[in-house]
Amino acid sequence: MDEILEILEKDARTTPEEIARMLKKDVAKVKQAIRKHEKDGVILKYKAVINKELIRDEASDVRALIEVNIVPQKDLGFDKIAERIYSFPEVTSCYLISGTYDLLVVVEGKNMHTVSSFVAEKLSCLEHVRATVTHFMLKKYKEDGVILKHKEENKRIAISY
Amino acid sequence: MIKSVISKVVQDLQPSGIRAFFDLVLGMKDVISLGVGEPDFTTPWSVRESAIFSLEQGYTSYTSNKGMMKLRLQIAHFLKNHYEVTYNPDDEILITVGVSEALDLAVRAILDPGDKVLIPEPCYVSYGPITSLAAGIPVYLSTAKNNFKISPEDIEKHCDQKTKAIIINYPSNPTGVSYTKRELEALKKVILKHNLILISDEVYDELTYDFKHTPFVTLPGLRNNTLYLNGFSKSYAMTGWRIGYACGPKEIIAAMTKIHQYSIMCVSITSQIAACEALQSGRKAVEEMKREYKRRREFVVEGLNSVGLSCLKPQGAFYAFPSIKATGLSSMDFSQGLLKEQKVAVVPGSAFGKSGEGYIRISYASSMDNLREALQRIQVFLRNKTRKIAGMKGME
Repeated sequence: MDEILEILEKDARTTPEEIARMLKKDVAKVKQAIRKHEKDGVILKYKAVINKELIRDEASDVRALIEVNIVPQKDLGFDKIAERIYSFPEVTSCYLISGTYDLLVVVEGKNMHTVSSFVAEKLSCLEHVRATVTHFMLKKYKEDGVILKHKEENKRIAISY
Repeated sequence: MIKSVISKVVQDLQPSGIRAFFDLVLGMKDVISLGVGEPDFTTPWSVRESAIFSLEQGYTSYTSNKGMMKLRLQIAHFLKNHYEVTYNPDDEILITVGVSEALDLAVRAILDPGDKVLIPEPCYVSYGPITSLAAGIPVYLSTAKNNFKISPEDIEKHCDQKTKAIIINYPSNPTGVSYTKRELEALKKVILKHNLILISDEVYDELTYDFKHTPFVTLPGLRNNTLYLNGFSKSYAMTGWRIGYACGPKEIIAAMTKIHQYSIMCVSITSQIAACEALQSGRKAVEEMKREYKRRREFVVEGLNSVGLSCLKPQGAFYAFPSIKATGLSSMDFSQGLLKEQKVAVVPGSAFGKSGEGYIRISYASSMDNLREALQRIQVFLRNKTRKIAGMKGME
């Protein structure tokens, strides 16, 4: 991966000026490269990683992983039906998976009831959806490479040779 | 006459003038520390996990004095693959409690009372004291006038009948200076001419940024004179495990092993098992850390120069060694002032010998957030200093 992306993936707040300094590159060149990544859709968005375990977020208190079995459509495979599913705002992630089921869908909702009714009323009754299995998430430990706990304390002594 | 409790040799050891400053730092809260001589990464998880597993399995015993054969074999393989150096794991490799112990064993194994050891300065703090403790005489060569690089002429000038060895550390703590193959060749000639034993502390070898690190021992003709010292602390972020190794001619390794078996017995088995795992699976982590350090280096060096502390670009390790001479302060006063006024901790250059006076050591083994904030505070500190001086001049 390009080093600019590596830096931004670690900390999206790093300014083009700082990146230029770190990589010994021209600021204009760095800005241009970032713009190109944005335009090409390589960089999609800049966002904060929030530990939702620590806040009571009304809109997304409950999460479920849903295994979805589907009947692929002629000529379109899984993509068309996947699109119909991931377009629901309740769906936060959607993956095509090998193995005993086809799509892994992550759904967020206010409570168990909203998630269940989404599955019962929206997801399961979609044409081509054969079956679903819903797993409610109990606790998150790590997400996207970030361990979700309080900031780690510094364990090094403050000065040494 | 009342007998003194403490031996003469130890009494004569220069007490570290910097202890009080260290205590001051340790006693203060919310300090941004750029004074740390170790990685800010944690040991890779696979390494920690292997140590935990070994404890569960009951690996809690002594090992052979020289260290586990498995580890010595792996080190031999690694050196062969990485640097094309061949060492026999049977009798040319010794596992030590960090490079610190290897250094101590080396001087104790080779020195007779009154033998001299050349030590380029500024240097890591232990080189002089371990030499004195082994009844040798440290001879310091200042490198301050030569951009902190040792010159063959300097070595030549300081060699006499009693000169037995030279301790070279590259990339260097505290300066970050390293040597290209060509520069090493030039040093080799004079080392061979005076038949010096070369104690080569290469613990920062993996953190070399601008060219490929060349171990001294790979230069033809040096093998019989060279002790190659390295460890796991810096490259694998394993400082607290205290594990390193010495490789060299079997006569010297045998002599070092003799001392090691009586004073240490063997390195902790848990650390040895962890080191095996580090060599097996830690390479990716080493590369990642190196890339990160390299970026921080550029950031910090340019930052220091732009706030007015002139700083050469270090070629390795994770230290910048800027000059603070423009401020007119001693390195101790500068460091104390910066700590008290801006809560940023650095190590005064004078801690690393007389020729480090006028410089400070800044460790960039710290997060980008810390480095950013610290550079800003240093700038404020310098601005306040110039304002004060200007104010005083105005009153005259």
